[in-house]
Amino acid sequence: MTAGDVEPGEDAVSTATAPPIRIEGLVSRFGEAVIHDGLDLTVNRGEVLGVVGGSGAGKSVLLNTIIGLKAPDGGSVKLFGQDMQVASRRRWSVIERRWGVLFQQGALFSNLTVRENVAAPLFEHTRLPKREIEQLADLKIALSGLPARAGGLKPAELSGGMRKRAGLARALAMDPELLFLDEPTAGLDPISAAAFDELIKDLSDSLDLTVFMITHDLDTLYAITDRIAVIADKKVVAAGPASDLEKSDHPWIKEYFMGPRGRAAAGKSTPPPSMPPTSTSRTR
Amino acid sequence: MGVPADFTFEDVNGHRTAVLSGDWTARGMVDAGERLITAMDGSDAVDLDLREVTRCDTAGAYAIIRAADGRITAGKIRARKQTLRLLKLVGDAIQVEPEIIPPVRGFRALLERIGRGVFGLADDGYSTLAFLGHLLVAIGRCIAKPSRIRWAPVFALAERAGLDAIPIVATTTFFIGAVVALLGANLLTEFGAQVFSVELIGISVLREFNILITAILLAGRSASSFAAEIGSMKMNQEIDAMQVMGVDPYEALVLPRFAALLITIPLLTFVATLAGLAGGILVVWTALDLSPGFFLQRMQDYVGVQHFWIGLSKAPVMAMVIAAIGCRQGMEVGNDVESLGRRVTAAVVHAIFAIIAIDAVFALIYMELDL
Repeated sequence: MTAGDVEPGEDAVSTATAPPIRIEGLVSRFGEAVIHDGLDLTVNRGEVLGVVGGSGAGKSVLLNTIIGLKAPDGGSVKLFGQDMQVASRRRWSVIERRWGVLFQQGALFSNLTVRENVAAPLFEHTRLPKREIEQLADLKIALSGLPARAGGLKPAELSGGMRKRAGLARALAMDPELLFLDEPTAGLDPISAAAFDELIKDLSDSLDLTVFMITHDLDTLYAITDRIAVIADKKVVAAGPASDLEKSDHPWIKEYFMGPRGRAAAGKSTPPPSMPPTSTSRTR
Repeated sequence: MGVPADFTFEDVNGHRTAVLSGDWTARGMVDAGERLITAMDGSDAVDLDLREVTRCDTAGAYAIIRAADGRITAGKIRARKQTLRLLKLVGDAIQVEPEIIPPVRGFRALLERIGRGVFGLADDGYSTLAFLGHLLVAIGRCIAKPSRIRWAPVFALAERAGLDAIPIVATTTFFIGAVVALLGANLLTEFGAQVFSVELIGISVLREFNILITAILLAGRSASSFAAEIGSMKMNQEIDAMQVMGVDPYEALVLPRFAALLITIPLLTFVATLAGLAGGILVVWTALDLSPGFFLQRMQDYVGVQHFWIGLSKAPVMAMVIAAIGCRQGMEVGNDVESLGRRVTAAVVHAIFAIIAIDAVFALIYMELDL
């Protein structure tokens, strides 16, 4: 293994040019059910990639495999050039510090306040003084668009949209290079969803984030993704900008982008930031 | 409110027509649907007139379609547009054949269940070993680098699992001590050997009841709450979030619970000992008129401190078993509420079973050792 033998100190140099995510020939199984069979996907530095696919197509399984919650049954997952299957514990924790994950329901630690939640990764991975960590946590909370008073609240006291923002604040706590979002706008009302899109776009532009985003939201796809990867038939059947995918003749992609919702979202693609979102085409 | 569903047959332009009226809804239909099916059965060329129907829902539409038995054609049915659309919707839906998986019955089902049970047992054994392996690694890492131990949750949990349990543990053992004393007093007085109730109380409380009652109460109190806490964190993906943050859940959740019980169960056992003896002393004093001073003196002379140490020696083992079972069951919770309930129950039942089995093993060992 070449990348696996790299000394921890050298990782910044050796992985600077490697794509943040490179998946080759991934096979995932649950018992006899094959979820992925020879899935290939590369996410390039600085891009916002949307992942779409029908229910049960294996989007969440793919995410869980990339972030190490599920071991691949075949093929390889390389993050920043490092094959995660053979990575040592120390390499894992180096990589872990470079990503942030927003789970679908936020997955905030329910016995901690929002501020403590956001501070948790900082306490875990840095030796900053407590005072500074708390200030940083407050900064992330403000960045994610939560009101200042939210910091002292418990997750149970937050609305669904606020919980997602708090989850995003926690995902951003370590200033990651790679951000994973699992259906970030699912269950949000159209106004909050549009605001959330805007926030992710702003953050990814200004922090040079690479974003891997699972979503069903066509408006989000058109508004903020650079490329879209379509999972169907157990692999990535197409990956490219929305305008390219519209021309695809794969039946599922065709129906997805050319259905009534797809056409409505495409019709108002690249909207000016101030344009109020229309509620009719917002998918859940 | 509402008119019950009904129908009549009329001849309209030479066609025999069923004229439906009233509420053709799940609530208003009663047996009208069945009657319509019987009335229309076999008679061909029956038109339907639904214009008199005040309300129609999917149940009514289903009955009408079944009665018509495929004879609904555009020309033969007169209804409002809305009703027609509903009929079409329901008609299309019943075209889809429901997929019926034939249930397995009898001997085969029995074999299947046994097979599942055996595999389940094997899975369970495997995941228990996996859990213990994880735990040992986490313990090893914390011994190698003690700064990894999270003391804040350890003490918070020790307060909740230990300090808060003092009243219930003390009260329960007090009564157990008193009951043993009453039994002893009654039986032994018959032989005129009532002073031996001091030994009876002393040995039984010091050796068995203090640790047994404490452990069983903590199994009910703490094993269940550990399983429920960790299980609901699992359901909320909090454990996943921890893992991707680079925090080992065994280090952050399981070890503090272990440490908390290891600290508190010996202390609680000591409290239980005092409370049990107090119960015994009170009964002996009131029923047999043996003074507390006499009781304590006799304890010192004839019972001996080794019984106390024997009782206490079981405490760390019980603590580990309760914490391990509670945390393991919590980690096994799936994504549904039902598995949470099942796992919490299993945590308590397994923990109590394990406590009693371990106590029996200890009794055998100490008997062989002549202690």
